[in-house]
Amino acid sequence: MMEDKITIKKLNLYYSDFHALHDINVHIQKNEITAFIGPSGCGKSSLLRSLNRMNDLVEGCRIDGSIKLDGTDIYNGDLDVTVLRQRVGMVFQRPNPFPMSVYDNVAYGPRIHGITEKKELDEIVETSLKQAAIWDDLKDRLKKSALGLSGGQQQRLCIARALAVKPEVLLMDEPTSALDPISTSKIEELALELKKNYTIVIVTHNMQQAVRISDKTGFFLLGDLVEFGETDQLFSMPKDERTEKYITGRFG
Amino acid sequence: MRTRFDKELDHLHEAMEEIGQLCKESISESTDALFTGNYHKAEDTINLHHRIHKAERDIEETCLRLLMEQQPVATDLRIISASLKAVYDLERIGEIGADIAELILKEHLSDANDMLNLKSMSQIATCMVNDAVTALANQNVELAKAVIDRDDQVDEGFGKAKAFLIDNFNKDGNPEYLINLMMVAKYFEKIGDHAVNIAKWSLFVTTGKTGR
Repeated sequence: MMEDKITIKKLNLYYSDFHALHDINVHIQKNEITAFIGPSGCGKSSLLRSLNRMNDLVEGCRIDGSIKLDGTDIYNGDLDVTVLRQRVGMVFQRPNPFPMSVYDNVAYGPRIHGITEKKELDEIVETSLKQAAIWDDLKDRLKKSALGLSGGQQQRLCIARALAVKPEVLLMDEPTSALDPISTSKIEELALELKKNYTIVIVTHNMQQAVRISDKTGFFLLGDLVEFGETDQLFSMPKDERTEKYITGRFG
Repeated sequence: MRTRFDKELDHLHEAMEEIGQLCKESISESTDALFTGNYHKAEDTINLHHRIHKAERDIEETCLRLLMEQQPVATDLRIISASLKAVYDLERIGEIGADIAELILKEHLSDANDMLNLKSMSQIATCMVNDAVTALANQNVELAKAVIDRDDQVDEGFGKAKAFLIDNFNKDGNPEYLINLMMVAKYFEKIGDHAVNIAKWSLFVTTGKTGR
């Protein structure tokens, strides 16, 4: 029996009067990559953002139902939002390094969480950059500005920054849509490597990417989770006609 | 939205029907040559094989190109991969037709005596190929299953032919002639096997299962 890392039950999400997600039930399993696909506006990114309460920042956004992380409700339980976001990290569509050095980007999170000792920070920076498969590229440029890196390097730096606070879950919102094919393939390989130690949820418009890297895929349409299952099954023999039509490019 | 891809798939569908038609002709022409003494039909069968072989290569190229260009999924993926697999069996059927024709020409087998019940085997095999090709084209599950079930009949025909050969090998008559007819029986039995493969690929399109 696989272990649920995140359990989403009867989740409804509203932006003021707009009902953006309808009764969503998903089991996200530990050490797997789960992909959310669907046309723009289908609710997949809204769901991703609710997994670490990023939607709290959106005015008029409210949810009902439950999202549990290792069995603890992240909205109604005792889990502090800061702790939640440490445990559930996020990587965005466009690389967004802070305007500071490579080192300070990665050390930013640990410093906020109270780590000040240089030796410990050095270790965290090195380990995180190694995990993000970018240590060899950057080890001699740690003091240089992160803004001078290529897009692909910036995105891997952002992944390193997310890993530096030792999260358990990594949320990725179209992490390669702004990258060239080589950088994309590096991020994909990295995701496959990272899933050994982390649970990954990825929103992607690149369906071949979902096929290549994810274990499970959920297809969203107009706020409904139309189909959720094994990626191989969903892309070779989808159960729902709407999934078939979307993935074969007949609408969306 | 995907007009070009749909046109390509239609074209693939037509090409599969066409090669299926050529294969059916190949079996009926070679069978006719065997029983009617019309050597032209045997030559026609050999020519048909060249056309079938070319059609196979065209279909392979189309499928590989579509896999590369369209990165198909779902039904599209199943149709293209099933075509790629089934076209191999169709080409083999064409080749077997040519093998039968060559044997007829080389060994002067025409106007054959039907002591091995080859006519009946040929009819069943032709019918199987016909239905397998139709099942693949129309994704007809029942027809595909019927083809798979009917394979036992060809196998049974082959078993009977073999038993007849054993009983009569040393009796009066011509052992070499019997062996040649026996080879034709084996060819029909192989055609049945290829028809079964095509039927299974047609089931794969509908069910997504490659179970053999």
